[in-house]
Amino acid sequence: MIEEPIIQRVLAAASSRGADFAEIFVEEKRSSSALLDDGRIEELTSGRDRGAGIRVVVGESTGFAHTSDLSESGLIAAAETAAAAARGSGQGTTIVDLDRVHAKSPNSVRIMPGDVPKAKKVELLLTANEMARAEGAAITQVSARYADSHRRILVANTDGILGTDDQVKTLFSISAVASGDSGMQTGRESIGRTVGFELFDSYEVADLARTAAQRAITKLAARPAPSGEMTVVIGPGGGGVMFHEACGHGLEADLVGKGASVFAGRVGEQVASSLVTLVDDGTMGGEWGCFAIDDEGRPAQRNILIQDGILVDYMWDGLRARAEGRSSSGNGRRQSYQHLPMVRMTNTYLLGGASTPDEILADTESGVYIAHLGGGQVNTATGDFVFGMTEAYLIEGGRITEPLREGNLIGNGPGVLTSIDAVGNDFAMGGPGTCGKDGQGVPVGDGVPTLRVVSGLTIGGTAA
Amino acid sequence: MNPEELQQVADRIVAMAQPGEQVEAVVAWSRDTEVRAFEGQVEHFVSADSAGVGIRIINQGKQGLSWAGVLDDAALNECLAEARDNASFGSVDPHAGLAEPDGVVPDELVLYDERLLQADTEEKIRLAIELEAEVRKGDPRIFGIESADYADSVVSTAIASTTGIRRASAETSVYLGVYALAGDDDETTTGFGFSVGRSLQELDLEAAADEAVQRCVRLLGASKAPSERLTVVLHPYVTSQFLSLIAEMLSGESVIRGRSPFAGRVGEAIAAPEFTMFDDATDRLSPTASDTDGEGLACRAVPLIESGVLTGYLHNAYTARVSGTSSTGSAQRSSHRSAPGVGPHVIKLRPGQSSAEEIISQVGDGFLVYDIAGLHSGVNPVSGDLSVGADGIRIRGGELAEGIREVTIGSTLQRMLNDVVAVGSDLTYFPWESTGVTLAIADVTMSGQ
Repeated sequence: MIEEPIIQRVLAAASSRGADFAEIFVEEKRSSSALLDDGRIEELTSGRDRGAGIRVVVGESTGFAHTSDLSESGLIAAAETAAAAARGSGQGTTIVDLDRVHAKSPNSVRIMPGDVPKAKKVELLLTANEMARAEGAAITQVSARYADSHRRILVANTDGILGTDDQVKTLFSISAVASGDSGMQTGRESIGRTVGFELFDSYEVADLARTAAQRAITKLAARPAPSGEMTVVIGPGGGGVMFHEACGHGLEADLVGKGASVFAGRVGEQVASSLVTLVDDGTMGGEWGCFAIDDEGRPAQRNILIQDGILVDYMWDGLRARAEGRSSSGNGRRQSYQHLPMVRMTNTYLLGGASTPDEILADTESGVYIAHLGGGQVNTATGDFVFGMTEAYLIEGGRITEPLREGNLIGNGPGVLTSIDAVGNDFAMGGPGTCGKDGQGVPVGDGVPTLRVVSGLTIGGTAA
Repeated sequence: MNPEELQQVADRIVAMAQPGEQVEAVVAWSRDTEVRAFEGQVEHFVSADSAGVGIRIINQGKQGLSWAGVLDDAALNECLAEARDNASFGSVDPHAGLAEPDGVVPDELVLYDERLLQADTEEKIRLAIELEAEVRKGDPRIFGIESADYADSVVSTAIASTTGIRRASAETSVYLGVYALAGDDDETTTGFGFSVGRSLQELDLEAAADEAVQRCVRLLGASKAPSERLTVVLHPYVTSQFLSLIAEMLSGESVIRGRSPFAGRVGEAIAAPEFTMFDDATDRLSPTASDTDGEGLACRAVPLIESGVLTGYLHNAYTARVSGTSSTGSAQRSSHRSAPGVGPHVIKLRPGQSSAEEIISQVGDGFLVYDIAGLHSGVNPVSGDLSVGADGIRIRGGELAEGIREVTIGSTLQRMLNDVVAVGSDLTYFPWESTGVTLAIADVTMSGQ
């Protein structure tokens, strides 16, 4: 994207006032999307961004500047701004030798979305609309979205690293509204992978549409969710976001370093039930949160965070790792060239266990079964979290019975981790997610097997 | 770049329209500075300019969009060609069309403060460092600072279209914000405080620091409470989040798509008589005030609920056309990358007579809610079902009693609107599109133990 001698001169300019570390991150991203609503293709949108972010670290301070001008003079000007912002006061380093990072991409792309005729993308939306409506007259509204992106990045720094990556993502989501005597209910389904248009060889949009429509229709007959603390069984795939929020964020080294995590200072301790092994894995081919190198040039890794209930390690980016004299765990990510990298998750999941899902259910006298959790948030300092339940059922006498209307689920991360008393053998990844932190969104994946949380979760329903 | 330069870029794009085509161009530029302090030092200092263009083309009822993060000629030409190509794949919509000038003259709001451009970088750094220090010394139980930030931006935008829309403007904004941690070995609480303005002179550092400290310490010792039905008293910060949601349900977009529980109910009583809600888009005291909407029409006051009766919805040009009415100047664009949606600028409730203290004393027995979590995951804007995580203080005998955390409150938004029993006099502005007052709502389910 940028020639090596230019990169070297930009890094030299960034270090000209003295720097412990300087970095250039170049990004070129093309995105396209198409939206169907109310039976019509409402719009097609395409866009293009390109630019570079330059980071200079002096002691504990980071200076950062970005530019959309990728000419040498534009880059040098941004490098000088970043150097000034870092307020270094010393001599510049000389030109650094750059070593190419050889990281094999976990992703392979067969059909570049940019090569697919727009008409074919539109066709997917129309099919989904038709199939969702065909599920019954109760379906009164359907919206669907197709989106793809192609992101190319280059990272080079004064440690001598030079890495590139090519990241292609394809996504399809559908939302159906069902109307009945009890009002309107919404059902959703989405699929997104770090692959090309061949995504639709493995997934039929018709199936996604039927699933979304059935979720909405089922909820028409749903009763208000109960309220209070109860036993909760979480279904495979659909509940992974809970571990992302409830413990993943608390294991990010930047938050730990500021004392803003309940897991600070607890490495080596039992923090979860011995059934819990939690992994963050940027190498899971095709998943929404994977890549060859992170946005600091570090190859993706599979990191065990909690092993059999014992806290093994946090997740690290380059800055925090450097301060601790260790290496990054490949979790330095950023939304775009306009943002500073920080510690972020990739694909975060709980490993499967020995029980069958049927055994777990049969052994649960009463409680709530959550097939699908929606968005959520966590206060990492306290561990308190909240999630929406988008598909949930009552458990009565060891069986799933009536559907429940939407409600929130609240709990405390460390509390939930120690209250897991059954883990199933049916591991599945969940849908594509966007994780927000400090104003930046990055794509992430998550997954869980069926599991039971015996106490510590409160269902916030509206039933008296 | 100044607004005039951006206007020229927009004009140039519009001039390239082909016969039969409607073309709209939005061009934006911003210069942003951000300083984060930690332990008395600069943790990071960000300084950057960014620019972008968004082009919308409507041809024979079909719409296409394209955007670019660069403003050179090659990028503009590619962007226009892409938007044109995209339009050819849309469905024909007889209502599709750009906004047309409606004769409403925009209020000339002064949202640009020259003084920001003269502000000294060292002063910006000092503010972030001092904010952190103020919070740390605000209470001995404060043990950490997650972030202490100073940020400012200068934003210029211009819009032009083949229908005769042409408007450019600039505004400045300044922000100080801090997230703090308090507690001991047994518990941790968090709190934030902020101050916003158009220039450094408008910031109130002490108030932001004090707010963060108070938010942190007031819930130390709070615990889970038993489930019950009771009256909740919402802090203005919480009320503003509820009002944002109601405004979302009153957007023309939700209404025409059958996604609002309030569709087709104009003229009906949907809330208690104390409840009067409107969009006061041009109130300069609000950080989100605007004189022009995302399609270049004048912003104006929009009545929504009058003494409990639904009087209308928020509309952009498209949703108005579908509904057989005119735009209320409520087109909102989140950036140059998106098509204009519909949204409020400054949602307000008509304040009542009572102070927060008076309402707490009148309620006698209830739950003062300081904060809620999971509003977007916990509310179905279609059905109105609502359940959110909450913390606050139990009200007993008209006085504040024990702290409560890790509970949920639940109802439906429709029921809550009807169960409003008191509206406070304490109008409070926030850096998002909704203001707040203290608001008491009867008969809400609190779920805890």
